[in-house]
Amino acid sequence: MKNIKIIFALVVFTSIISCNDKRTPQLQYMPDMYESVPYNTDAENGLLGDPVNLKPVAGTIARGGHAAYEYLDTNEGYELAKTNLKNPLEATEENLANGKAMYTIYCTSCHGSKGDGNGYLSQAEKFLGIPNYKDRDLTEGSIYHVLMHGKNLMGSHSSQLTYKERWQIVQYVEVLRADLSK
Amino acid sequence: MKSVALHSKRTTVLLKSLLMLLFFAFSISTYAQDVDEARQKEGKKLFKSLCASCHKLDKKLVGPALAGIESRRENDWLKAWIKNNAELRATGDADAVAIFEEYNGSNMSAFPQLTDQNIDDILYYTTVGEIKKAAPAGAVAAVSAGSTSGAPEWIIYLLAGAIVVAFLMIASLLKQVNELKGVKKPSVESNLKRDLQELWEGIKKNTFLHVLFVIFAALMGAYIVFGTLFKVGVDEGYQPVQPIVFSHKIHAGDNKIDCQYCHSSAKHSKHSGIPSVNVCMNCHKNISEVAENTVVELEDGVVLGKQELDKEIAKVYKAAGWDAENLEYTGETQPIKWVRIHNLPDFVYFNHSQHVTVQGVKCQKCHGPVEEMEELYQHAPLTMGWCIDCHRETKVDLKGNEYYAKIHEQLAKKYGVEKVTAAQLGGLECGKCHY
Repeated sequence: MKNIKIIFALVVFTSIISCNDKRTPQLQYMPDMYESVPYNTDAENGLLGDPVNLKPVAGTIARGGHAAYEYLDTNEGYELAKTNLKNPLEATEENLANGKAMYTIYCTSCHGSKGDGNGYLSQAEKFLGIPNYKDRDLTEGSIYHVLMHGKNLMGSHSSQLTYKERWQIVQYVEVLRADLSK
Repeated sequence: MKSVALHSKRTTVLLKSLLMLLFFAFSISTYAQDVDEARQKEGKKLFKSLCASCHKLDKKLVGPALAGIESRRENDWLKAWIKNNAELRATGDADAVAIFEEYNGSNMSAFPQLTDQNIDDILYYTTVGEIKKAAPAGAVAAVSAGSTSGAPEWIIYLLAGAIVVAFLMIASLLKQVNELKGVKKPSVESNLKRDLQELWEGIKKNTFLHVLFVIFAALMGAYIVFGTLFKVGVDEGYQPVQPIVFSHKIHAGDNKIDCQYCHSSAKHSKHSGIPSVNVCMNCHKNISEVAENTVVELEDGVVLGKQELDKEIAKVYKAAGWDAENLEYTGETQPIKWVRIHNLPDFVYFNHSQHVTVQGVKCQKCHGPVEEMEELYQHAPLTMGWCIDCHRETKVDLKGNEYYAKIHEQLAKKYGVEKVTAAQLGGLECGKCHY
């Protein structure tokens, strides 16, 4: 009889441990091995409680990076970018292909796969009044400027895309616009 | 007679004018009720395709609210403004300059493609607004139908309850009657008890059964102990409560937003990243409330409706420091403390870009059907065995990789396969992931 009681207790105990509440993480064996001394990129605080993910020092440029975007988010900045800014990338198939891939991720939801402003969110009436590219007077500079700073309800997409990807998208948008204007 | 005639004439005039008045009033009232639906529809279509990106009827957006704009501005001025507001401002029109200044000099696009008729239709839409459909009657009918169909169910439960209670009462009554009659309890029960007792004594003496029992207990014990030990550090199914009720089902499923729109660093970095609030605001600057009838059902059985979910969007605004009333950033931001779910131990190296960009693995392969999850949970065990299983099966995409073309060729020859798997390429070597 004593045996049965012990076994019963063991079963209950283990089932309590193993039927873990999914709201809490599982037990870790030797957590020191799981979390090392260096800070994680997404860690909250570092030394002395300072945030780890501080912005880089103003004016510094990452290796292989590009200087900060100089045109301001104003009407004048827009006009300047529209006339002066040129695409530094060559119009190659490779650039265009990646431009299309990036456009599909970041732009199609609203602007549509053809750039006619008829994306899924537009069809579902979440976002309304998305312009057709052919109805707008666009240059490569103005497209890049809007990608950097956003315009009206469109927000800036600079944080999600790299310098090169932005220009690849610009290239692809110009191709779409040419197709629409045919 | 004369006076009578005069009188009658006066009454007829009076009557006629009354009639006229009635007719007029009637015609006015019918005019007010009847909206030219075709025009409204045309105007609405144009409004939605051209204006709605910056204007709403009832609320300020990028530009002012436009309901009843016709009563505030002259028609000619509106036409001139809509066609080309920059030109109008250049002529020094005081109103035009004033409104431009009021909205911090944000440029409204010019719409030279619109005809006067188009603009009139749009303005007509802003004046009459949405047409109220004759929905109330239908809705009332539906409600009443719902309540009548709901009533029987309720009654059924009540009846079922009553029957059970009645049975219990009858049973207890019978028992009491039996006791009063002095009927002894049947002796079968004691017989059964004695039988069981004898059986138990027999079992206790049987050595073979003892051995069998010990083996069984040992196996069960081992199974339970190892089952428990193997769960240590494996968070499959982990589903913590997040600070904001963010439904991947609504965003990635219903609205078909690409995973990488928000998790944009997955393509270039080790981490797929938690999107910063500015990415949320790319859409939520516009979407301040969820659609009607949106429901999120949490794991605990809590169901959140529109009212609660709108508060969740307000939390995003608070984090971003966005003043939803005045539509501007206040600068008072605060981080959202999301709870991390997928976390590999630090002694393992895993790189998202290597899997997402180079090999083109779908996110769902490891993260499961995220687009169906109201609340995110860990789909895969993320154990080493799980990693290796996939490395053994997955064929490496050799296309467009000239640098490795030769080694790929040699390996393919060595293993006698057409396409090399990740494991054959060294995906099982310890140092690949542990260093």
